[in-house]
Amino acid sequence: MTEVVLLPLFILLTSLGVAPLIFALPERAAKLRTAINLTAAAAKVALVAWLSWKVSQGVIYEVQFEMLPGLAFKLQADPLAVLFIALSAVLWLITTVYAVGYLEKGPHRSRFFGFFSLCVAATVGIAMAGNLFTFLIFYELLTLATYPLVIHRGTAEALRAGRIYLIYTLCGGLALLLGTLWLYVMAGTTDFVPRGVMAEVVAETPVQAQLLFLVLIAGLGVKAALVPFHAWLPIAMVAPAPVSALLHAVAVVKAGAFGIMRVVYEVFGIDVAQGLGVTTPLLAFAAVTILYGSVRALMEDDLKKRLAFSTVSQVSYITLGVALASPIAAIGALAHLTHQGLMKITMFLAAGNLAEGLGVKKVSQLDGTGRQMPGTMLAFTLAVLAMIGLPPLAGFVSKWYLASGGLGSGQGWVIALLIGSSLLNALYFLPIVHRAWFRDADGAPAVPGRPRIGWLLTAPPIATATLVVVAGVFANAPFSPLEWTRFIVAREYLEPLP
Amino acid sequence: MADLAGIDWAVAAVLLPLIGAMACFAVPRAAATIGLAAVAVTGAAALALGLQVAAEGALTVPLGGWGAPLGIDLRADGLSVVMLVMTAGVGLLVSLSALGERDARRRRYFWPLWLLLLTGLNGVYLSGDLFNLYVMIEVISIAAIGLTVLRGNLAALKAGLEYLFASMVGAILFLLAVGLVYLNYGRLDLSGLAGIAGAGDAVLAAVLALTLVGMALKTALFPLHYWLPAAHAGATAPASALLSALVVKASLYIVLRLFQYLVAPSEVMVTLIGALGATAMLWGGIQALRAPRLKLLVAWSTVAQVGLIFVAFARAGADGTAESWKAAALIMLAHALAKAAMFLAAGRIKDEVGHDEIARLDRSPIRPTLAQFTFALAAISLIGLPPTAGFAGKWMLMEGAIAAGYWHWVVVTLVGTLLSVAVFSRVLAGFLRFDRVRGPLGEHQGWALADAPPLVLALGALGLGLIAVQVLAFLEIGAPLGGTTGVWP
Repeated sequence: MTEVVLLPLFILLTSLGVAPLIFALPERAAKLRTAINLTAAAAKVALVAWLSWKVSQGVIYEVQFEMLPGLAFKLQADPLAVLFIALSAVLWLITTVYAVGYLEKGPHRSRFFGFFSLCVAATVGIAMAGNLFTFLIFYELLTLATYPLVIHRGTAEALRAGRIYLIYTLCGGLALLLGTLWLYVMAGTTDFVPRGVMAEVVAETPVQAQLLFLVLIAGLGVKAALVPFHAWLPIAMVAPAPVSALLHAVAVVKAGAFGIMRVVYEVFGIDVAQGLGVTTPLLAFAAVTILYGSVRALMEDDLKKRLAFSTVSQVSYITLGVALASPIAAIGALAHLTHQGLMKITMFLAAGNLAEGLGVKKVSQLDGTGRQMPGTMLAFTLAVLAMIGLPPLAGFVSKWYLASGGLGSGQGWVIALLIGSSLLNALYFLPIVHRAWFRDADGAPAVPGRPRIGWLLTAPPIATATLVVVAGVFANAPFSPLEWTRFIVAREYLEPLP
Repeated sequence: MADLAGIDWAVAAVLLPLIGAMACFAVPRAAATIGLAAVAVTGAAALALGLQVAAEGALTVPLGGWGAPLGIDLRADGLSVVMLVMTAGVGLLVSLSALGERDARRRRYFWPLWLLLLTGLNGVYLSGDLFNLYVMIEVISIAAIGLTVLRGNLAALKAGLEYLFASMVGAILFLLAVGLVYLNYGRLDLSGLAGIAGAGDAVLAAVLALTLVGMALKTALFPLHYWLPAAHAGATAPASALLSALVVKASLYIVLRLFQYLVAPSEVMVTLIGALGATAMLWGGIQALRAPRLKLLVAWSTVAQVGLIFVAFARAGADGTAESWKAAALIMLAHALAKAAMFLAAGRIKDEVGHDEIARLDRSPIRPTLAQFTFALAAISLIGLPPTAGFAGKWMLMEGAIAAGYWHWVVVTLVGTLLSVAVFSRVLAGFLRFDRVRGPLGEHQGWALADAPPLVLALGALGLGLIAVQVLAFLEIGAPLGGTTGVWP
């Protein structure tokens, strides 16, 4: 059932519409700005809750108008979109609270929050894009909106990082543009349709279809930080903590992973892609990325860089689940989209607190931080345990489904890969926990005196850590990420072929 | 016929600015008021003509009741109207920002020159015959050279002189072409000539070659672009905006029309045009990367964009597909809006900061935020990122190229796009850099009225991308871009 109403447009406007308002506010109107930000974020959560309810009842929303001959700007709220929007809406609210506390009295707050809103608007647009053309529009908007956030501090180092970020993402964007054009010329449409639109093209010109897949995945792989397109991610760590948190949890890397999902499931169709023989190379890239990211994370002493390489590795779980071409693994992949977001944002917010409150930026300086910042470090520890995959936390659920999916599709080696990766996770994360709780601070802390961070900074990581626990423990409850995921996978795998 | 519907809007669009120009010259004290009023009324006439064309289809107006081939026809179809309305819109906003000019001498001469320019531009877009086109393009040249030297310093005079030479040589070549046509066919009206065009006609090939070289000189296609950077970068901000956004479009329009009606370019010529266009994109980009000053960078970007438009022409010529003509028209529109916005924004930045040396911009504590934002928006359209008009044009160009299997044009366009990213990010990164600032940083500068016209132009470039379908549909009225050369619709 398809219902044409403007709900998706309103959800987009809660962030796209407030951005110009925030840009226009003078720097000193901090209270008004915060009020606008939080109202918009809360309104979005409420609207998304309503949307999820309607979509779970089988309603699919669609808004479109023609932009170029034959090509529509199309927003569509299907179950897959709702999963991503819900994640971004909730995390936007939490991160906004955090950013308000983090940037207190800092310069250029109007600019920051304006681009922050644009960035979230782009994420929502990516989630709701009803065709690859619309996806591309928001994919580029995301690049443009995150660049000023990455270089927010305006230092030479930040600018260098920004330049590298821009080179990578714009080249990726161009590859995606080329792919979208080519897809349009070959298939005559860029619409996302469950089970894909490429069956005929693949039957006629398989080699071109393979090339097209390569171009599209290369374009998306840049943002998803697939090896060898990952180098920008650790460098972009110079961004302020709330930006890193959002970049790693929902915005940029997830946009790439989500795009890969759309391309495999709804442009090519999973059966067609498998028949074309392109899922196996994708699987190999994902596996390599998972191991490479983990190994590099092990070698980093800088806390944020370690987290960044961990993201490189963890996001590829999603690609892995997609490429395994089994419904069970797909459930794991989709659940991980949400779970990884919750876990990683907790870690980055905690890392931001450590840097702000204690001046601690390296793993080797973490001794005794558990006693100095119990709330923050408790949240961090929960996220770490979940990431390693300790039951019943969120990360365990995703890994369980990925492993069963691997077994089910006759790819037993995936289990070895997952165990190896979990082992590496433990190796690079547990020392952090150990230092924080079981070692005393030797000598004076990096910044003397009690940490002075307010509840605005402490509450958000605790909230997200709570969500990590809830998502794992209540994985079988209705509207949990896992349940929703099963709903989506039924659509992508069981819907009759068009 | 005294009612409004009886007015010949096409004639009004040419005569009104001419009357305005004379009035401005006669009463210099009221030049700004008269000028603005004349631009507004001309714009209204263009809109009215547009409504008329939308309702009734393409129009032909025989001047004085003498039709072609004896008299002169004015003709308005979808393409003419789109160009007219674009000129009116950009012209009005640039006029508004020119109101801020304080120098009395420049104020006195700016308005008559600009209105003369408007006369010529509207004349070109409405001409239905070759000689009329020649006269109007000359009117444009004279006014444009006047605007170039308006600043009055030595550099401006030098740039103006170079522009004058290029423009005169271009005009002579075009006049030769027109003479050849008259000598051989005894008529100059495009509607009559359209039927004559035949493949392999040596005279027509010569005509086309002469026109192309002439127009390449006037529009600054590589390697005949040498005069443009100095001329466009050295003028005052509103004059630069007019020169870059509107003046180069007139000669591009003539090329487009001649390809369409007179003779289809041969394969060799198409390849040559495309190759020159591609080189212009690269060379313009590289020079923009090295440009020390902001306005010079913007001027070099015009050279690159003209190259892109010629690539679109070439794509259309080889296969004769209407899609590529439309792509070229869209890119011309997008460039007009974005480039005007960019030159005005650059002028604002220069006024506020006091200089426009790119390397030193990030040292100034003064940050004209809104002008910088406008510059960024315009850059997004010129780069061709979605959902701007520039994107729509590039999309159509590459879609046509892929569909026809011309992958080399796709590669050229993508490389040019990357180069323009490099060019503009060079400027934009500096806007956000703060660690080299000398002196205490000012607060949010607030809003200035002078920032409004460029911002509206840049938003227009963005918004035009969203209504590209409607613009393209309008372009088809009277089938000016039908794709079959030699048929007058």
